[in-house]
Amino acid sequence: MKEKTKLPVGVEAIRLKGWWQAHRFLLLRRLSQGFFLLLFLLGPWFGLWWVAGTLAGSRTFGILPLTDPLVLAQSLAAGHWPELTALIGALIVLAAYALIGGRVYCSWVCPINPVTDAAHWLHDRLGLQKGWQPKRHTRLWLLGTVLAVSALTGTVAWEAINPITMLHRGLVFGMGFAWALVALVFLFDLLVSRRGWCGHLCPVGAFYGLLGTHSLLRVSATRRAACDDCMDCFAVCPENHVIAPALRGKDGETPLILSPDCTNCGRCVDVCSVDVFAFTHRFDRRVEGPSSPPGPSRQTVA
Amino acid sequence: MPAATPLSPQRRRFLTDTARMAGGCALAGGGLAWLARDARALPAEALRPPGALPEADFLGACIRCGLCVRDCPYDTLALAELGADGPATGTPFFTARDVPCEMCDDIPCVTACPTGALDPALTDIDEARMGTAVLVDQENCLNFLGLRCDVCYRVCPVIDEAITLELSHNTRSGHHAIFAPTVHAEHCTGCGKCEKSCVLPEAAIKVLPLRLARGAPAEHYRKGWEEMEEKGGPLVEGVIDLPDRLPGPGTDNLAAPGGFEPSFTLPAPGAGE
Repeated sequence: MKEKTKLPVGVEAIRLKGWWQAHRFLLLRRLSQGFFLLLFLLGPWFGLWWVAGTLAGSRTFGILPLTDPLVLAQSLAAGHWPELTALIGALIVLAAYALIGGRVYCSWVCPINPVTDAAHWLHDRLGLQKGWQPKRHTRLWLLGTVLAVSALTGTVAWEAINPITMLHRGLVFGMGFAWALVALVFLFDLLVSRRGWCGHLCPVGAFYGLLGTHSLLRVSATRRAACDDCMDCFAVCPENHVIAPALRGKDGETPLILSPDCTNCGRCVDVCSVDVFAFTHRFDRRVEGPSSPPGPSRQTVA
Repeated sequence: MPAATPLSPQRRRFLTDTARMAGGCALAGGGLAWLARDARALPAEALRPPGALPEADFLGACIRCGLCVRDCPYDTLALAELGADGPATGTPFFTARDVPCEMCDDIPCVTACPTGALDPALTDIDEARMGTAVLVDQENCLNFLGLRCDVCYRVCPVIDEAITLELSHNTRSGHHAIFAPTVHAEHCTGCGKCEKSCVLPEAAIKVLPLRLARGAPAEHYRKGWEEMEEKGGPLVEGVIDLPDRLPGPGTDNLAAPGGFEPSFTLPAPGAGE
Protein backbone atom coordinates (compact mmCIF):
# COMPACT_ATOMS: atom_id res chain seq x y z
CA MET A 1 0.00 0.00 0.00
CA LYS A 2 1.29 3.41 -0.92
CA GLU A 3 1.87 6.06 1.70
CA LYS A 4 -0.67 8.32 0.02
CA THR A 5 -3.35 5.66 0.32
CA LYS A 6 -3.21 6.05 4.08
CA LEU A 7 -3.85 9.78 3.96
CA PRO A 8 -7.41 10.84 4.73
CA VAL A 9 -9.58 11.18 1.63
CA GLY A 10 -9.07 14.40 -0.28
CA VAL A 11 -6.16 15.80 1.73
CA GLU A 12 -3.82 15.72 -1.23
CA ALA A 13 -6.43 17.26 -3.51
CA ILE A 14 -7.10 20.08 -1.04
CA ARG A 15 -3.36 20.74 -0.71
CA LEU A 16 -2.80 20.88 -4.46
CA LYS A 17 -6.06 22.34 -5.75
CA GLY A 18 -7.35 24.29 -2.77
CA TRP A 19 -10.40 23.54 -0.63
CA TRP A 20 -12.94 25.10 -2.97
CA GLN A 21 -11.66 23.29 -6.03
CA ALA A 22 -11.56 20.01 -4.13
CA HIS A 23 -15.21 20.41 -3.09
CA ARG A 24 -16.50 21.96 -6.30
CA PHE A 25 -19.02 19.32 -7.29
CA LEU A 26 -20.03 18.58 -3.72
CA LEU A 27 -20.92 22.23 -3.23
CA LEU A 28 -22.65 22.44 -6.61
CA ARG A 29 -24.61 19.33 -5.72
CA ARG A 30 -25.75 20.74 -2.37
CA LEU A 31 -26.72 23.95 -4.14
CA SER A 32 -28.66 21.96 -6.70
CA GLN A 33 -30.46 19.94 -4.01
CA GLY A 34 -31.27 23.14 -2.15
CA PHE A 35 -32.36 24.84 -5.37
CA PHE A 36 -34.84 22.13 -6.34
CA LEU A 37 -36.24 22.04 -2.83
CA LEU A 38 -36.48 25.83 -2.70
CA LEU A 39 -38.42 25.90 -5.98
CA PHE A 40 -41.16 23.93 -4.27
CA LEU A 41 -40.94 26.00 -1.08
CA LEU A 42 -41.18 29.40 -2.79
CA GLY A 43 -44.94 28.97 -2.96
CA PRO A 44 -45.79 27.91 0.59
CA TRP A 45 -43.11 30.15 2.16
CA PHE A 46 -43.19 33.30 0.04
CA GLY A 47 -46.39 33.00 -1.98
CA LEU A 48 -44.36 32.75 -5.19
CA TRP A 49 -46.06 29.93 -7.09
CA TRP A 50 -43.50 29.25 -9.80
CA VAL A 51 -43.60 25.57 -8.98
CA ALA A 52 -46.57 23.85 -7.36
CA GLY A 53 -46.87 20.23 -6.27
CA THR A 54 -44.21 17.76 -5.17
CA LEU A 55 -41.53 15.60 -6.76
CA ALA A 56 -44.27 13.04 -7.53
CA GLY A 57 -46.01 15.53 -9.80
CA SER A 58 -45.66 19.26 -10.29
CA ARG A 59 -46.64 22.20 -12.45
CA THR A 60 -44.09 24.90 -13.30
CA PHE A 61 -45.13 28.42 -14.28
CA GLY A 62 -48.69 27.18 -14.57
CA ILE A 63 -47.93 25.28 -17.76
CA LEU A 64 -45.08 22.75 -17.59
CA PRO A 65 -46.20 19.43 -16.10
CA LEU A 66 -43.63 17.07 -14.58
CA THR A 67 -44.46 13.63 -13.22
CA ASP A 68 -42.27 11.08 -11.50
CA PRO A 69 -42.22 8.22 -14.02
CA LEU A 70 -41.86 5.55 -11.31
CA VAL A 71 -44.92 6.80 -9.45
CA LEU A 72 -46.84 6.82 -12.71
CA ALA A 73 -45.53 3.33 -13.54
CA GLN A 74 -46.99 2.11 -10.23
CA SER A 75 -50.28 3.77 -11.09
CA LEU A 76 -50.26 2.01 -14.46
CA ALA A 77 -49.44 -1.29 -12.76
CA ALA A 78 -52.35 -0.65 -10.42
CA GLY A 79 -54.60 -0.50 -13.46
CA HIS A 80 -55.21 3.21 -13.87
CA TRP A 81 -54.62 4.83 -17.25
CA PRO A 82 -53.71 8.44 -16.36
CA GLU A 83 -54.79 11.62 -18.10
CA LEU A 84 -52.57 13.15 -20.76
CA THR A 85 -51.09 15.78 -18.41
CA ALA A 86 -49.43 13.17 -16.23
CA LEU A 87 -48.24 11.17 -19.23
CA ILE A 88 -46.63 14.21 -20.86
CA GLY A 89 -45.03 15.14 -17.55
CA ALA A 90 -43.57 11.66 -17.17
CA LEU A 91 -42.27 11.64 -20.76
CA ILE A 92 -40.45 14.94 -20.21
CA VAL A 93 -38.81 13.59 -17.04
CA LEU A 94 -37.95 10.30 -18.77
CA ALA A 95 -36.34 12.10 -21.70
CA ALA A 96 -34.37 14.48 -19.48
CA TYR A 97 -32.88 11.78 -17.26
CA ALA A 98 -32.30 9.40 -20.16
CA LEU A 99 -30.11 12.16 -21.55
CA ILE A 100 -28.17 13.39 -18.52
CA GLY A 101 -28.04 10.13 -16.56
CA GLY A 102 -30.88 8.63 -14.57
CA ARG A 103 -29.12 8.65 -11.27
CA VAL A 104 -28.38 12.35 -11.60
CA TYR A 105 -31.76 12.45 -9.86
CA CYS A 106 -30.21 10.59 -6.91
CA SER A 107 -27.26 12.88 -6.34
CA TRP A 108 -28.47 16.24 -7.60
CA VAL A 109 -32.19 16.33 -6.76
CA CYS A 110 -33.26 13.64 -4.28
CA PRO A 111 -33.83 15.08 -0.79
CA ILE A 112 -32.80 11.81 0.86
CA ASN A 113 -29.28 12.10 -0.56
CA PRO A 114 -28.10 14.66 2.03
CA VAL A 115 -29.51 12.35 4.72
CA THR A 116 -27.63 9.27 3.58
CA ASP A 117 -24.53 11.38 2.88
CA ALA A 118 -24.70 12.64 6.45
CA ALA A 119 -25.10 9.07 7.69
CA HIS A 120 -22.05 8.06 5.71
CA TRP A 121 -20.04 11.00 7.00
CA LEU A 122 -20.84 10.02 10.59
CA HIS A 123 -20.24 6.37 9.77
CA ASP A 124 -16.74 7.33 8.63
CA ARG A 125 -16.09 9.57 11.61
CA LEU A 126 -17.09 6.83 14.03
CA GLY A 127 -15.03 4.28 12.11
CA LEU A 128 -17.90 1.79 12.00
CA GLN A 129 -17.86 -1.52 10.15
CA LYS A 130 -19.53 -1.63 6.79
CA GLY A 131 -22.12 -4.06 8.11
CA TRP A 132 -24.71 -5.85 6.02
CA GLN A 133 -23.97 -5.45 2.33
CA PRO A 134 -26.75 -6.91 0.21
CA LYS A 135 -26.02 -7.46 -3.45
CA ARG A 136 -26.20 -4.42 -5.69
CA HIS A 137 -29.01 -5.90 -7.73
CA THR A 138 -31.22 -6.22 -4.64
CA ARG A 139 -32.72 -2.87 -5.55
CA LEU A 140 -33.74 -4.20 -8.96
CA TRP A 141 -35.57 -7.03 -7.23
CA LEU A 142 -37.22 -4.51 -4.94
CA LEU A 143 -38.21 -2.40 -7.94
CA GLY A 144 -39.92 -5.45 -9.39
CA THR A 145 -41.53 -6.16 -6.03
CA VAL A 146 -42.87 -2.62 -5.78
CA LEU A 147 -44.48 -2.84 -9.22
CA ALA A 148 -45.85 -6.31 -8.47
CA VAL A 149 -47.39 -5.15 -5.18
CA SER A 150 -48.91 -2.15 -6.96
CA ALA A 151 -50.50 -4.50 -9.48
CA LEU A 152 -51.72 -6.92 -6.81
CA THR A 153 -53.20 -4.33 -4.45
CA GLY A 154 -54.37 -1.85 -7.08
CA THR A 155 -52.66 0.98 -5.21
CA VAL A 156 -49.62 3.17 -5.80
CA ALA A 157 -47.93 0.90 -3.29
CA TRP A 158 -44.41 2.29 -2.86
CA GLU A 159 -45.78 5.73 -2.08
CA ALA A 160 -47.13 4.29 1.17
CA ILE A 161 -43.56 4.31 2.52
CA ASN A 162 -41.29 5.96 -0.10
CA PRO A 163 -39.00 8.07 2.12
CA ILE A 164 -38.09 10.37 -0.80
CA THR A 165 -41.57 11.61 -1.61
CA MET A 166 -42.49 11.41 2.09
CA LEU A 167 -39.68 13.78 3.05
CA HIS A 168 -40.26 16.10 0.11
CA ARG A 169 -44.02 16.22 0.64
CA GLY A 170 -43.38 16.64 4.34
CA LEU A 171 -41.23 19.71 3.79
CA VAL A 172 -43.60 21.26 1.26
CA PHE A 173 -46.99 20.29 2.72
CA GLY A 174 -46.57 19.07 6.29
CA MET A 175 -44.45 16.38 7.86
CA GLY A 176 -46.62 14.29 10.17
CA PHE A 177 -44.47 11.38 11.27
CA ALA A 178 -42.61 11.17 7.95
CA TRP A 179 -39.48 12.28 9.79
CA ALA A 180 -39.47 8.87 11.47
CA LEU A 181 -39.02 7.17 8.09
CA VAL A 182 -36.17 9.55 7.27
CA ALA A 183 -34.59 8.81 10.64
CA LEU A 184 -34.91 5.09 9.91
CA VAL A 185 -33.04 5.51 6.62
CA PHE A 186 -30.34 7.50 8.43
CA LEU A 187 -29.96 4.90 11.18
CA PHE A 188 -30.02 2.06 8.65
CA ASP A 189 -27.15 3.62 6.73
CA LEU A 190 -25.29 4.50 9.90
CA LEU A 191 -25.62 1.33 11.92
CA VAL A 192 -26.84 -1.51 9.72
CA SER A 193 -25.44 -1.08 6.26
CA ARG A 194 -22.88 1.39 4.98
CA ARG A 195 -24.33 3.24 1.96
CA GLY A 196 -27.05 0.64 2.23
CA TRP A 197 -30.15 2.56 1.26
CA CYS A 198 -29.13 4.48 -1.86
CA GLY A 199 -26.53 1.97 -2.93
CA HIS A 200 -28.35 -1.32 -2.47
CA LEU A 201 -32.03 -1.05 -1.68
CA CYS A 202 -33.80 2.04 -2.98
CA PRO A 203 -36.10 1.00 -5.87
CA VAL A 204 -36.31 4.62 -7.03
CA GLY A 205 -32.53 4.64 -7.58
CA ALA A 206 -32.84 1.30 -9.37
CA PHE A 207 -35.49 2.75 -11.68
CA TYR A 208 -33.48 5.87 -12.48
CA GLY A 209 -30.38 3.73 -12.96
CA LEU A 210 -32.15 1.68 -15.62
CA LEU A 211 -33.46 4.87 -17.16
CA GLY A 212 -29.95 6.28 -17.58
CA THR A 213 -28.33 3.15 -19.00
CA HIS A 214 -27.57 4.89 -22.29
CA SER A 215 -27.30 8.45 -21.05
CA LEU A 216 -25.01 10.97 -22.67
CA LEU A 217 -23.41 12.73 -19.71
CA ARG A 218 -20.61 10.62 -18.27
CA VAL A 219 -17.56 10.86 -16.09
CA SER A 220 -14.45 9.69 -17.85
CA ALA A 221 -11.05 8.70 -16.42
CA THR A 222 -9.52 10.62 -19.29
CA ARG A 223 -6.11 11.05 -17.64
CA ARG A 224 -6.02 7.64 -16.03
CA ALA A 225 -2.34 7.30 -16.83
CA ALA A 226 -1.70 10.02 -14.25
CA CYS A 227 -3.36 7.98 -11.48
CA ASP A 228 -1.09 7.60 -8.47
CA ASP A 229 -3.18 4.92 -6.76
CA CYS A 230 -4.13 7.06 -3.79
CA MET A 231 -7.55 5.32 -3.79
CA ASP A 232 -9.38 8.50 -2.80
CA CYS A 233 -11.89 8.14 -5.63
CA PHE A 234 -12.78 4.64 -4.50
CA ALA A 235 -13.15 5.86 -0.94
CA VAL A 236 -15.38 8.78 -1.84
CA CYS A 237 -17.55 7.12 -4.49
CA PRO A 238 -20.94 5.90 -3.26
CA GLU A 239 -21.00 3.24 -5.99
CA ASN A 240 -17.28 2.56 -6.22
CA HIS A 241 -17.58 -0.62 -8.28
CA VAL A 242 -18.21 1.66 -11.27
CA ILE A 243 -14.71 3.17 -11.19
CA ALA A 244 -12.40 0.24 -11.69
CA PRO A 245 -13.39 -0.72 -15.28
CA ALA A 246 -12.71 2.84 -16.42
CA LEU A 247 -9.73 3.73 -14.27
CA ARG A 248 -7.95 0.38 -14.48
CA GLY A 249 -8.87 -0.22 -18.11
CA LYS A 250 -6.09 -1.38 -20.35
CA ASP A 251 -5.14 0.41 -23.52
CA GLY A 252 -8.00 0.19 -25.93
CA GLU A 253 -10.58 -0.10 -23.17
CA THR A 254 -12.88 2.83 -22.68
CA PRO A 255 -12.04 5.34 -19.94
CA LEU A 256 -15.73 6.19 -19.63
CA ILE A 257 -17.65 5.22 -16.51
CA LEU A 258 -20.50 3.52 -18.31
CA SER A 259 -22.20 1.75 -15.41
CA PRO A 260 -25.79 2.96 -14.93
CA ASP A 261 -25.07 2.86 -11.18
CA CYS A 262 -22.86 5.98 -11.45
CA THR A 263 -24.80 8.94 -10.05
CA ASN A 264 -22.70 11.60 -11.82
CA CYS A 265 -22.06 13.17 -8.41
CA GLY A 266 -18.60 14.28 -9.47
CA ARG A 267 -16.90 13.58 -6.15
CA CYS A 268 -14.19 11.56 -7.91
CA VAL A 269 -13.42 14.66 -9.98
CA ASP A 270 -13.19 16.66 -6.74
CA VAL A 271 -10.90 14.43 -4.70
CA CYS A 272 -8.45 13.46 -7.41
CA SER A 273 -5.29 15.44 -6.84
CA VAL A 274 -4.01 14.68 -10.36
CA ASP A 275 -7.29 15.37 -12.17
CA VAL A 276 -7.80 11.96 -13.70
CA PHE A 277 -11.57 12.38 -14.01
CA ALA A 278 -13.65 14.83 -15.99
CA PHE A 279 -17.27 15.17 -17.10
CA THR A 280 -17.76 14.46 -20.78
CA HIS A 281 -20.19 12.72 -23.14
CA ARG A 282 -20.41 9.02 -23.81
CA PHE A 283 -18.85 9.22 -27.27
CA ASP A 284 -15.72 10.96 -25.99
CA ARG A 285 -13.30 8.06 -25.63
CA ARG A 286 -10.13 10.13 -25.49
CA VAL A 287 -7.45 8.92 -23.17
CA GLU A 288 -4.61 11.29 -22.39
CA GLY A 289 -1.80 11.52 -19.93
CA PRO A 290 1.93 11.40 -19.50
CA SER A 291 2.43 7.70 -20.08
CA SER A 292 -0.11 7.41 -22.85
CA PRO A 293 0.24 10.48 -25.07
CA PRO A 294 -2.59 11.02 -27.54
CA GLY A 295 -1.80 9.53 -30.88
CA PRO A 296 -3.24 7.18 -33.48
CA SER A 297 -1.91 4.12 -31.66
CA ARG A 298 -3.74 5.12 -28.46
CA GLN A 299 -7.03 5.85 -30.14
CA THR A 300 -9.48 3.35 -28.86
CA VAL A 301 -11.69 1.12 -30.89
CA ALA A 302 -14.96 2.72 -31.81
CA MET B 1 -26.72 -45.76 -12.19
CA PRO B 2 -25.00 -43.74 -14.90
CA ALA B 3 -22.31 -41.39 -13.71
CA ALA B 4 -23.98 -38.03 -13.32
CA THR B 5 -22.10 -34.98 -14.51
CA PRO B 6 -21.13 -33.06 -11.39
CA LEU B 7 -23.38 -30.04 -10.93
CA SER B 8 -21.53 -26.79 -11.16
CA PRO B 9 -21.14 -24.87 -7.91
CA GLN B 10 -22.00 -21.66 -9.78
CA ARG B 11 -25.37 -23.15 -10.65
CA ARG B 12 -26.04 -24.03 -7.04
CA ARG B 13 -24.92 -20.60 -5.95
CA PHE B 14 -27.12 -18.89 -8.50
CA LEU B 15 -30.12 -20.93 -7.45
CA THR B 16 -29.66 -20.31 -3.72
CA ASP B 17 -29.00 -16.61 -4.29
CA THR B 18 -32.07 -16.28 -6.45
CA ALA B 19 -34.21 -18.20 -4.00
CA ARG B 20 -32.94 -16.08 -1.13
CA MET B 21 -33.61 -12.86 -3.04
CA ALA B 22 -37.07 -13.99 -4.09
CA GLY B 23 -37.85 -14.96 -0.49
CA GLY B 24 -36.66 -11.60 0.81
CA CYS B 25 -38.69 -9.75 -1.80
CA ALA B 26 -41.79 -11.82 -1.05
CA LEU B 27 -41.41 -10.89 2.62
CA ALA B 28 -40.83 -7.20 1.88
CA GLY B 29 -43.59 -7.20 -0.72
CA GLY B 30 -45.98 -8.82 1.74
CA GLY B 31 -45.27 -6.11 4.28
CA LEU B 32 -45.72 -3.42 1.66
CA ALA B 33 -48.96 -4.99 0.43
CA TRP B 34 -50.25 -5.07 4.00
CA LEU B 35 -49.43 -1.37 4.42
CA ALA B 36 -50.89 -0.44 1.04
CA ARG B 37 -54.12 -2.34 1.72
CA ASP B 38 -54.29 -0.94 5.23
CA ALA B 39 -54.38 2.51 3.66
CA ARG B 40 -57.70 1.61 2.05
CA ALA B 41 -59.65 2.16 5.25
CA LEU B 42 -60.74 5.75 4.77
CA PRO B 43 -62.10 7.24 8.00
CA ALA B 44 -65.75 8.24 7.79
CA GLU B 45 -65.10 11.92 8.52
CA ALA B 46 -62.44 12.24 5.80
CA LEU B 47 -64.06 13.26 2.52
CA ARG B 48 -62.40 13.08 -0.88
CA PRO B 49 -62.40 16.11 -3.23
CA PRO B 50 -65.17 16.43 -5.82
CA GLY B 51 -64.94 13.99 -8.69
CA ALA B 52 -62.71 11.55 -6.78
CA LEU B 53 -62.88 8.04 -8.19
CA PRO B 54 -64.24 5.33 -5.87
CA GLU B 55 -61.70 4.81 -3.07
CA ALA B 56 -60.21 1.55 -4.41
CA ASP B 57 -59.59 3.15 -7.83
CA PHE B 58 -58.52 6.45 -6.30
CA LEU B 59 -55.63 4.82 -4.42
CA GLY B 60 -54.29 3.49 -7.71
CA ALA B 61 -54.78 6.75 -9.57
CA CYS B 62 -53.70 9.48 -7.15
CA ILE B 63 -49.95 10.15 -7.31
CA ARG B 64 -50.02 12.28 -4.12
CA CYS B 65 -48.72 15.40 -5.88
CA GLY B 66 -50.88 17.89 -4.00
CA LEU B 67 -51.82 20.05 -6.99
CA CYS B 68 -55.53 19.86 -6.09
CA VAL B 69 -54.65 21.14 -2.62
CA ARG B 70 -52.66 24.02 -4.11
CA ASP B 71 -55.47 25.06 -6.42
CA CYS B 72 -58.23 24.91 -3.82
CA PRO B 73 -59.03 28.61 -3.24
CA TYR B 74 -60.56 28.02 0.19
CA ASP B 75 -57.82 25.84 1.69
CA THR B 76 -60.42 23.14 2.12
CA LEU B 77 -58.21 20.31 0.94
CA ALA B 78 -55.16 18.97 2.74
CA LEU B 79 -52.76 16.11 2.09
CA ALA B 80 -52.91 13.34 4.67
CA GLU B 81 -49.79 13.30 6.81
CA LEU B 82 -48.19 10.05 7.89
CA GLY B 83 -49.45 8.96 11.29
CA ALA B 84 -51.35 12.22 11.86
CA ASP B 85 -54.32 11.81 9.51
CA GLY B 86 -56.42 8.77 8.70
CA PRO B 87 -56.43 8.61 4.88
CA ALA B 88 -53.61 7.05 2.85
CA THR B 89 -50.49 9.21 3.31
CA GLY B 90 -50.20 12.02 0.81
CA THR B 91 -53.74 11.74 -0.56
CA PRO B 92 -56.07 14.77 -0.51
CA PHE B 93 -59.07 14.97 1.79
CA PHE B 94 -61.14 17.42 3.76
CA THR B 95 -63.03 17.39 7.02
CA ALA B 96 -66.43 19.02 6.58
CA ARG B 97 -66.71 20.25 10.17
CA ASP B 98 -63.35 22.10 9.79
CA VAL B 99 -63.55 23.52 6.26
CA PRO B 100 -66.34 22.39 3.95
CA CYS B 101 -66.16 22.36 0.16
CA GLU B 102 -67.35 25.68 -1.27
CA MET B 103 -68.41 24.02 -4.55
CA CYS B 104 -66.58 26.33 -6.98
CA ASP B 105 -68.27 26.50 -10.38
CA ASP B 106 -64.99 25.91 -12.24
CA ILE B 107 -63.94 23.02 -9.91
CA PRO B 108 -60.22 24.02 -9.84
CA CYS B 109 -59.17 20.91 -7.90
CA VAL B 110 -60.45 18.63 -10.67
CA THR B 111 -58.81 20.81 -13.31
CA ALA B 112 -55.50 20.62 -11.43
CA CYS B 113 -55.41 16.83 -11.18
CA PRO B 114 -52.86 15.53 -13.70
CA THR B 115 -53.85 11.86 -13.51
CA GLY B 116 -57.64 11.81 -13.53
CA ALA B 117 -57.87 10.57 -9.94
CA LEU B 118 -60.34 13.45 -9.77
CA ASP B 119 -62.48 12.63 -12.76
CA PRO B 120 -62.38 15.43 -15.39
CA ALA B 121 -65.80 14.22 -16.58
CA LEU B 122 -67.20 16.14 -13.61
CA THR B 123 -67.97 19.57 -15.06
CA ASP B 124 -71.07 20.51 -13.06
CA ILE B 125 -70.26 20.76 -9.36
CA ASP B 126 -73.88 19.96 -8.49
CA GLU B 127 -73.20 16.48 -9.83
CA ALA B 128 -70.39 15.91 -7.29
CA ARG B 129 -71.01 13.18 -4.73
CA MET B 130 -68.34 13.59 -2.06
CA GLY B 131 -70.62 11.92 0.44
CA THR B 132 -74.12 12.59 1.61
CA ALA B 133 -75.47 14.52 4.56
CA VAL B 134 -77.34 12.51 7.17
CA LEU B 135 -79.26 14.00 10.06
CA VAL B 136 -77.65 11.63 12.50
CA ASP B 137 -79.10 12.91 15.76
CA GLN B 138 -82.81 13.76 15.77
CA GLU B 139 -82.80 13.85 19.56
CA ASN B 140 -80.55 16.92 19.63
CA CYS B 141 -81.43 18.62 16.36
CA LEU B 142 -83.11 21.91 17.34
CA ASN B 143 -85.62 21.68 14.50
CA PHE B 144 -86.67 18.24 15.66
CA LEU B 145 -87.14 19.67 19.14
CA GLY B 146 -89.65 22.05 17.61
CA LEU B 147 -87.46 25.14 17.26
CA ARG B 148 -86.80 27.02 14.04
CA CYS B 149 -83.03 26.74 13.74
CA ASP B 150 -83.07 25.89 10.00
CA VAL B 151 -79.35 26.71 9.65
CA CYS B 152 -78.40 23.54 7.76
CA TYR B 153 -81.30 24.13 5.40
CA ARG B 154 -80.40 27.79 4.84
CA VAL B 155 -76.70 27.20 4.09
CA CYS B 156 -77.27 24.30 1.71
CA PRO B 157 -76.01 25.29 -1.77
CA VAL B 158 -78.70 23.03 -3.23
CA ILE B 159 -81.42 24.38 -0.91
CA ASP B 160 -84.93 22.91 -1.30
CA GLU B 161 -83.54 20.03 -3.31
CA ALA B 162 -80.80 18.45 -1.19
CA ILE B 163 -82.38 19.55 2.11
CA THR B 164 -86.07 20.31 2.54
CA LEU B 165 -88.03 21.17 5.65
CA GLU B 166 -90.78 18.62 6.12
CA LEU B 167 -93.70 19.92 8.14
CA SER B 168 -95.33 17.73 10.77
CA HIS B 169 -97.41 18.08 13.90
CA ASN B 170 -95.58 18.69 17.18
CA THR B 171 -97.19 16.12 19.43
CA ARG B 172 -95.31 17.34 22.49
CA SER B 173 -96.78 20.84 22.55
CA GLY B 174 -99.91 19.73 20.74
CA HIS B 175 -100.31 22.96 18.80
CA HIS B 176 -96.96 23.67 17.10
CA ALA B 177 -95.21 22.41 14.00
CA ILE B 178 -91.95 20.56 13.52
CA PHE B 179 -89.92 21.52 10.47
CA ALA B 180 -87.76 18.47 10.02
CA PRO B 181 -84.60 19.03 7.92
CA THR B 182 -84.72 16.17 5.45
CA VAL B 183 -81.84 15.22 3.15
CA HIS B 184 -82.52 13.95 -0.36
CA ALA B 185 -79.38 12.05 -1.27
CA GLU B 186 -79.96 12.20 -5.02
CA HIS B 187 -79.35 15.96 -4.84
CA CYS B 188 -76.79 16.18 -1.99
CA THR B 189 -73.20 16.80 -3.17
CA GLY B 190 -71.67 16.09 0.23
CA CYS B 191 -70.04 19.53 0.40
CA GLY B 192 -70.46 19.59 4.17
CA LYS B 193 -71.69 23.15 4.61
CA CYS B 194 -74.61 21.89 6.71
CA GLU B 195 -72.28 19.94 9.02
CA LYS B 196 -69.94 22.93 9.28
CA SER B 197 -72.81 25.29 10.14
CA CYS B 198 -74.74 23.13 12.61
CA VAL B 199 -74.99 25.31 15.71
CA LEU B 200 -74.65 22.44 18.17
CA PRO B 201 -71.28 21.80 19.82
CA GLU B 202 -71.27 18.48 17.95
CA ALA B 203 -73.08 18.57 14.62
CA ALA B 204 -76.43 16.78 14.48
CA ILE B 205 -76.15 16.60 10.69
CA LYS B 206 -73.02 14.99 9.29
CA VAL B 207 -71.69 14.19 5.85
CA LEU B 208 -70.91 10.50 5.62
CA PRO B 209 -69.34 8.52 2.79
CA LEU B 210 -72.03 6.99 0.59
CA ARG B 211 -70.96 3.48 1.56
CA LEU B 212 -71.98 4.22 5.16
CA ALA B 213 -74.87 6.59 4.60
CA ARG B 214 -76.85 4.74 1.97
CA GLY B 215 -78.75 1.52 1.84
CA ALA B 216 -79.55 -0.14 -1.47
CA PRO B 217 -82.83 -1.66 -2.58
CA ALA B 218 -82.79 -5.26 -3.68
CA GLU B 219 -82.84 -5.55 -7.43
CA HIS B 220 -86.09 -7.49 -7.60
CA TYR B 221 -88.08 -5.06 -5.46
CA ARG B 222 -90.95 -3.33 -7.24
CA LYS B 223 -92.84 -0.46 -5.66
CA GLY B 224 -96.49 -1.43 -6.12
CA TRP B 225 -97.78 2.12 -6.19
CA GLU B 226 -95.30 3.12 -8.88
CA GLU B 227 -96.10 0.07 -10.98
CA MET B 228 -99.80 0.73 -10.55
CA GLU B 229 -99.42 4.32 -11.64
CA GLU B 230 -97.52 3.20 -14.68
CA LYS B 231 -100.15 0.63 -15.60
CA GLY B 232 -103.09 2.81 -14.62
CA GLY B 233 -104.80 0.08 -12.65
CA PRO B 234 -104.26 -2.82 -10.28
CA LEU B 235 -101.46 -5.14 -11.33
CA VAL B 236 -103.46 -8.26 -10.60
CA GLU B 237 -107.07 -8.40 -11.77
CA GLY B 238 -109.80 -9.69 -9.50
CA VAL B 239 -108.19 -8.98 -6.14
CA ILE B 240 -110.73 -9.42 -3.39
CA ASP B 241 -111.27 -6.19 -1.45
CA LEU B 242 -111.22 -7.28 2.15
CA PRO B 243 -113.01 -5.09 4.69
CA ASP B 244 -110.77 -2.41 6.18
CA ARG B 245 -110.28 -2.38 9.91
CA LEU B 246 -110.03 1.25 10.77
CA PRO B 247 -109.64 3.24 13.99
CA GLY B 248 -112.52 5.09 15.54
CA PRO B 249 -115.65 4.21 17.51
CA GLY B 250 -117.08 0.79 16.85
CA THR B 251 -114.56 -1.98 17.45
CA ASP B 252 -114.54 -3.28 13.94
CA ASN B 253 -115.54 -0.13 12.06
CA LEU B 254 -116.42 -2.25 9.06
CA ALA B 255 -118.61 0.29 7.32
CA ALA B 256 -117.03 3.18 9.22
CA PRO B 257 -119.82 3.67 11.76
CA GLY B 258 -118.76 6.76 13.70
CA GLY B 259 -115.08 6.38 12.74
CA PHE B 260 -112.86 7.22 9.80
CA GLU B 261 -113.68 6.51 6.19
CA PRO B 262 -111.17 4.31 4.38
CA SER B 263 -108.79 6.53 2.43
CA PHE B 264 -108.75 4.23 -0.54
CA THR B 265 -111.06 1.66 -1.95
CA LEU B 266 -110.25 -0.66 -4.76
CA PRO B 267 -112.31 0.10 -7.81
CA ALA B 268 -115.24 -2.31 -8.07
CA PRO B 269 -114.65 -5.14 -10.55
CA GLY B 270 -115.63 -3.95 -13.98
CA ALA B 271 -115.68 -0.31 -12.94
CA GLY B 272 -112.65 0.63 -15.02
CA GLU B 273 -113.98 -0.99 -18.20
